[in-house]
Amino acid sequence: MSSIFTRPSTASVLYDAPGPKARSRYRVFGVLALLAIAGLLWYTVTALADNGQFDAELWDAFQYNTIQQRIVDGLLATLEAFGLAAVGSLALGALLAAGQLSDHRPVRWAAVSFVQFFRAMPLLILIVALYYAFFAKEPMWALVLGLTLYNGSVQAEIIRSGVNAVPRGQGEAGYALGLRKTQVMTTVLVPQAVRSMLPTMIGQLVVTLKDTSLGFIITYHELLFVGKAIASQPLNAAGFPYIPVVLVIGPIYIAMCLLLTALARWIEARGRRGANRRTSAAA
Amino acid sequence: MGFLFEDGNFALFRDGFLQTIELSALSALLALLLGTLLAACRVSPVPVLRGFGTTWVTLFRNTPLTVLFFAVTFGLPPLGVHFSHLTFAVLALGGYTASFVCEVLRSGINTVPLGQAEAARSLGMTFGQTLTQIVLPQAARTVLAPMSSVFIALPRNSAIAGAFSVSELYSAQQTFSERGYSIFAIFFWVACAYLVISATVALLFRSLENRLAVAR
Repeated sequence: MSSIFTRPSTASVLYDAPGPKARSRYRVFGVLALLAIAGLLWYTVTALADNGQFDAELWDAFQYNTIQQRIVDGLLATLEAFGLAAVGSLALGALLAAGQLSDHRPVRWAAVSFVQFFRAMPLLILIVALYYAFFAKEPMWALVLGLTLYNGSVQAEIIRSGVNAVPRGQGEAGYALGLRKTQVMTTVLVPQAVRSMLPTMIGQLVVTLKDTSLGFIITYHELLFVGKAIASQPLNAAGFPYIPVVLVIGPIYIAMCLLLTALARWIEARGRRGANRRTSAAA
Repeated sequence: MGFLFEDGNFALFRDGFLQTIELSALSALLALLLGTLLAACRVSPVPVLRGFGTTWVTLFRNTPLTVLFFAVTFGLPPLGVHFSHLTFAVLALGGYTASFVCEVLRSGINTVPLGQAEAARSLGMTFGQTLTQIVLPQAARTVLAPMSSVFIALPRNSAIAGAFSVSELYSAQQTFSERGYSIFAIFFWVACAYLVISATVALLFRSLENRLAVAR
């Protein structure tokens, strides 16, 4: 039976392919590490249990339909802000990237300083400033606009570096065929750039999704805000269910981010396959 | 714009600025230590440790920092853990950043040529010696550029601590807007402060890069 412990592994920069002695040593280390991790987990679980965090009363809240409905509403609000910010940041990113690659110096400078400024600004400060200045009644738009400005700037940098990474000959060939700059951009450079940068762009969307939780600070009713609202209602002597709420909300965020990451991986693998197929057909 | 120099506003602003720097420095230290440890786990020959490192990084990279702050600030006191708000913030921010440091280090380790480690082993160095004296120093140099973006992001992320009762720049901004000053003036000064911090970190890494550049 081949288990992961006896799988033959090759040398890496850190260790040789292990011989029999090293393998048995690794096995001992593995068991010790397993014991240590199990001990840590056991300690955490007992600490939680000793402080009554697994008591039924503390988890009671999640049985009510209204509470479940509020969590779903919070999730939908999170997804709404994320969707708007995703579309907005991709559009703004495309616009800013075009500005940064412009032949006109003033346009280029404006786009570059815009991007640099919003990339250096803490997103929370930006969102709060927008909230106080313009959107005190509509926190969602402060959140969406803040996310759009920040992530749009980052997306612009990603797109720009993608365009710059396309081999020079591609653009030159376009010009040699008599295409105008716009045509070279839209038909030759940008499609190749987006294709190579798509995984990175989706990775930035994961960041956008995570940052929607900043909405909780400006009282936008997204998932974390709902969680805090649920947790701040004391339950019959059992105390505040902060830890149960974290144990419910945290995995939801992690699952959403992992789904997006999986999408990026899938697109990357698909892109590679497509590229290979095309080269083999051309060859 | 001049409100900063009226009725003790400057002291509040300065304290917020220093608190932001203190918080960032402590979190950076924790992130470096923990991240190095995690990277060592992720490249170790023991599958259990690799699995542990991968799980940790996956969990922390995909949890919003705000949720982490929430979990640490509200989740630890019921368990009988009572630290200052600053310590809680350092735990959340450092733990979050550690997973990014780990990923950067791991990719750096992969760029070190195999021959370096083989030479170290042929000199009779142990795993620990090879790691700490041969591989990690070289990996650290290659990763300076990606590492600099992690540590430029850290002070920006530290703003979230202000929403969890740490009196740094963000909470200074809150106090100023409660005192009724124009949000644009406040935003201008806070923005300047963060730009100064980001630029300092960027310059620091630039000079480190120049000094430590590896000739291969």
